[in-house]
Amino acid sequence: MSDKDSLDNMPVNEVASDSLVARFDGEVRSDTREGYEGYIVDANMLPEVASVLRDDLGYDYLSSVTGVDYIDDNHIEVVYHADQTTGGKGINLKVQLDRENPIVPTLVPIYPGADFQEREVFDMYGVKFDGHPNLRRILMWDGFHGYPLRKDWKEAYYEEDIKPFDSRWPGGGVKRSEADNPYGKNVNYPPGFDINNWTPETDDSLYESLEKTNSNGKSLHTDSIVVNIGPQHPSTHGVFRMVVALDGETITDLQPVMGYLHRNHEKIGERNTFLQNMPYTDRLDYLCSMSNNLGYALAVEQLMGADVPERAQYIRVLMAELTRISNHMWAIGFLLNDLGAFQTPALYAIRARELILDVFEATAGSRMMCNYMRFGGLARDFPDTLRGEDTVKFITDLVDNTLPKAIDELDHFLTANEIVRSRCIGVGVLPPDKAIAYSTGGPLLRASGVSYDLRTADPYSIYDRFDFNICTRSNGDVYDRYLVRVDEMRESTRICQQVMRDIPAEGEIFSGKPQYSVKVPAGESYGRVENPKGELGYYVVSTGKANPYRYHVRAPSFVNLTVLGELCKGHKVADAVVILGSIDIVLGEVDR
Amino acid sequence: MNNELSNPDIPVPSELQSAVTITSLDKIYNWGRRSSIWPMVFGLACCAIEMICTAASRFDIARFGMEVFRATPRQADLMIVSGTVTKKMVPQIVRLFNQMPEPKYVMAMGACASGGGPFKEGYNVVSGIDKFVPVDVYVPGCPPTPQALLHGLIKLQEKIDGQSLKSVRWYGQETSEAVPVPVLGPDLFDPRQHALLAQQAGQVQENTESVEK
Repeated sequence: MSDKDSLDNMPVNEVASDSLVARFDGEVRSDTREGYEGYIVDANMLPEVASVLRDDLGYDYLSSVTGVDYIDDNHIEVVYHADQTTGGKGINLKVQLDRENPIVPTLVPIYPGADFQEREVFDMYGVKFDGHPNLRRILMWDGFHGYPLRKDWKEAYYEEDIKPFDSRWPGGGVKRSEADNPYGKNVNYPPGFDINNWTPETDDSLYESLEKTNSNGKSLHTDSIVVNIGPQHPSTHGVFRMVVALDGETITDLQPVMGYLHRNHEKIGERNTFLQNMPYTDRLDYLCSMSNNLGYALAVEQLMGADVPERAQYIRVLMAELTRISNHMWAIGFLLNDLGAFQTPALYAIRARELILDVFEATAGSRMMCNYMRFGGLARDFPDTLRGEDTVKFITDLVDNTLPKAIDELDHFLTANEIVRSRCIGVGVLPPDKAIAYSTGGPLLRASGVSYDLRTADPYSIYDRFDFNICTRSNGDVYDRYLVRVDEMRESTRICQQVMRDIPAEGEIFSGKPQYSVKVPAGESYGRVENPKGELGYYVVSTGKANPYRYHVRAPSFVNLTVLGELCKGHKVADAVVILGSIDIVLGEVDR
Repeated sequence: MNNELSNPDIPVPSELQSAVTITSLDKIYNWGRRSSIWPMVFGLACCAIEMICTAASRFDIARFGMEVFRATPRQADLMIVSGTVTKKMVPQIVRLFNQMPEPKYVMAMGACASGGGPFKEGYNVVSGIDKFVPVDVYVPGCPPTPQALLHGLIKLQEKIDGQSLKSVRWYGQETSEAVPVPVLGPDLFDPRQHALLAQQAGQVQENTESVEK
């Protein structure tokens, strides 16, 4: 291929973004480290570069912000991934900061969707985002000692940097970590901590930061009060807390508080071997383990350059789409729960989901935690029989008849329901420009009329072979989000039908030989999939060792929550519950 | 009335058998309690999803009289700790446990609640809820299938069957003590370990002083 050809074949956005280097001579340079791509930007130029990126080059969607601690080079890198909502490959920017005093200007004024993600980087790495409106810890609590994801920060049960630990392997010994800890618990206090001269932190500053109005002068006097919803509340879908400032019954401000299920996926993931992380991805968004697997497999396959056999590709798509149906069933069922239709619609939705779980259990061995995908294929093929029927016949019948009927049934009873309509229409309206600015994803974004879906915007796996529509609606309210989910389930059954029609009857499902530890060349990769809840991205950095140097999860539920406060302002407190239900969060993924 | 209640040692005339059962107080008291255990609506993580599936139509927890999930601890008999217990959440869990009236039971559902599970080494994870509140039944699995959860509930029923009015703690002389609620500081702090912590801090100080010397 001649040079001219390669330039012609180059995607348009790559040419466009190369002008960044020309425009900011010396302040923006290409990342030339082996296995890396993107641009390294001077910290003080970042807001300017980001404005050019957004306004002139069309990268209007900031998908991910994260950090990496390169302790040997003595710097912390903040990594930004931006996309165009018109589609195409993304671009990444990096800012290198001094480990001792990392300060970088915030991007919240340009991309409001950076809000929570920057707080997470602050929480985990101690990077100060200059000008951030609310720079407090987000996953851990205020007052926690240290920045956990820094490489020199060790937790109470720390043993070694890389698994498997010598204490368990090769002798097969069993050791309780509690035995080595002076407190017999997973705790570790900083030296010099004096229990007698210490007062615990309170939430007062959080409560004071809320915007309160006093409607004195109106005909009816109402008091301004602060209410905590959660972390143990039936409507928060898990351990999630909303601190709500109310004027009478009207919400004047809402702050989400999270971290009650922060399980340290990323710290543990940096110690696991690449393959050991696969079952952990199941537990991120525990309703969608199959598509979580797919995203992580894609990220590592990008680094390894592994091929996936044809049959495995089809099964991957089938599993990911069945996951989408089961997730949306759950989301709709529990949205109705939040609306007050207590349990009945949810029971019907769960009944349909159980059929899909049967397929997962028979194929992967587990109903929820499938741990099914491998780098270069799948763990195993379909079983011969499923519930006493031929497996292919069972799945074909499921996607041809049973699921479409179940979807029609929900549609029939709910869509025209008067209570559903009056509680949902016009509630929690999200205009399209705001939806993009806040980096929302999935049905939340598409219900606002933005036709952005990674399956067509940046196709992965073999999605380019199937005929399906990207479902959008235009009003951006709770009702439209519900409708988008119903439409997407229908489209997913269509994809599943095409898979069952086209899938090769025989063939390999795994390329290469199964091995305990895979060889992953040094470099970075950002693998992403359109999860039922939005863009799920894995940012993986490898140094050529057995474990990832950095393993970051860009979780759709977490980023979608950034806009929650905005959506709820001005509504009644009962609507906050419905708006949260319509965003469809899973706390395993929000808190990671 | 149910046959399982009647005492075979005391014969009841056949004409009265449909109307009269002779049984012991413990037996009928426990029968009533174990057939109407009200769990708390309390989900922590992945296990909560399987708990909901257990309550749904396919597995139907109502067969055991347990379908009445209560959203307040004041009305609940059973706390199913369904998921990973984190340091940030454990003060709330202990407080909820303290708010439950006696007789109360705790079930640790899944690997995380039983001992930390796959996330045990994490810096924000508590190594099992039994470090803070007493647990009656442990259900293994990650997550346990609905069948496993039902098995755990049947085990709890067996435990209740074995209790006697004469010895249960909630009719005893002593009032039951509330579990001290843990506090979030630089790390999770258990008030029961106050003395140990003060002592450790003293030791650290001595060590640094000796180094300085």
